[in-house]
Amino acid sequence: MEYFLIIISAIFVNNIVLAQFLGICPFLGVSSKLSTATGMSGAVCFVITLATLVTYLLNKYLLIPFELEFLQTIAFILVIAALVQMVEIVLKKISPSLYAALGIFLPLITTNCAVLGVALNVVTKQFTFGEAAHWLNLGESMVYAFATSLGYGLAMVIFAGLREHLALNDVPKAFKGVPIALITVGILAMAFMGFSGMVK
Amino acid sequence: MNSKLKLITDGFIKNNPTFVLLLGMCPTLATTTSAVNGLSMGLATLFVLVLSNIVISAIAPLTPDKVHIPVYIVVIASFVTLLQFIMRAYTPAMYETLGLFIPLIVVNCIVLGRAEAFASKNGVWASCLDGIGVGLGFTLSLTILGAVREILGSGSVFGWKFITGDGMLAFVMAPGAFLCLGYLMVLFNKLVKK
Repeated sequence: MEYFLIIISAIFVNNIVLAQFLGICPFLGVSSKLSTATGMSGAVCFVITLATLVTYLLNKYLLIPFELEFLQTIAFILVIAALVQMVEIVLKKISPSLYAALGIFLPLITTNCAVLGVALNVVTKQFTFGEAAHWLNLGESMVYAFATSLGYGLAMVIFAGLREHLALNDVPKAFKGVPIALITVGILAMAFMGFSGMVK
Repeated sequence: MNSKLKLITDGFIKNNPTFVLLLGMCPTLATTTSAVNGLSMGLATLFVLVLSNIVISAIAPLTPDKVHIPVYIVVIASFVTLLQFIMRAYTPAMYETLGLFIPLIVVNCIVLGRAEAFASKNGVWASCLDGIGVGLGFTLSLTILGAVREILGSGSVFGWKFITGDGMLAFVMAPGAFLCLGYLMVLFNKLVKK
């Protein structure tokens, strides 16, 4: 039941893009075509889940025992940068087809604040799912990270679909490009607010 | 002297990070629930931007080309950690409000963007001025966006309330951020870009 609540909350109620404002740059940058949007979502999903696993363990078994929590920001960003490089190398060897599909998106992910955001969120915040607020354990963190990245994919795919239609419409000159896209996201965020109240 | 001044003023209009370069969207949207929050986030970014620009322009000639991005990220992350200490000590309430978005300055594309595009190729003094200009431009846009959202959302400016009761709450919440920024960008295009 708890895991179910985490999943619903992370995908719909606290959607990472539409409610938490993380990962907006790639969200606006690569969402003009549906195919690139799905590619980026896949890569983000993979890296967020893996990065959260590694940073969670790093925090629990290295930073906390040595009382080095203040190094979280530096340590996490370095781990994520190294991880992205490593994923790139490993994928190239073991699954060239997946590498070809995700390839160009992987290097962009290091500076995607969604990855660092989720990793920091998991270790610095207490969450309330169901009863009392508590720190997430490893399993819950993994589920939270994976569901959050699914939410990222969902928002990205919906938005790319909308944008493909938007490109065919005749919008006023000053609205062209990013402004009309932002207004569209605003309306999309309003629709997602309808989910709030489902989970506390 | 004029060219030095131009480095600073460029950051306001021509290279405005929010409305022209479209950089640093996450903190722009997330922290501008009120004018004061927007201003604080802008100043926090300005702090990191100026210091990291100075250090990066000083060490750029010594940095091997292959590892320059990781080196820049470590420099930026160190200043962000310093900022976290300072804010926790002197403005703990604001540190709580801005929360996650203070450590996330590390991945703010404005900071790495200026390091890569300007500080790595220019002198210390010019990079310092560039950091001040772009940082002030960012602060200005954040304060404007925060003020607009505060006026519409809670009927107050910088905490001074001019209506009784609530404003339109949606503008303080997520959808209002996107809508306000969208319409402000339209206004900017109409007035400045032509």
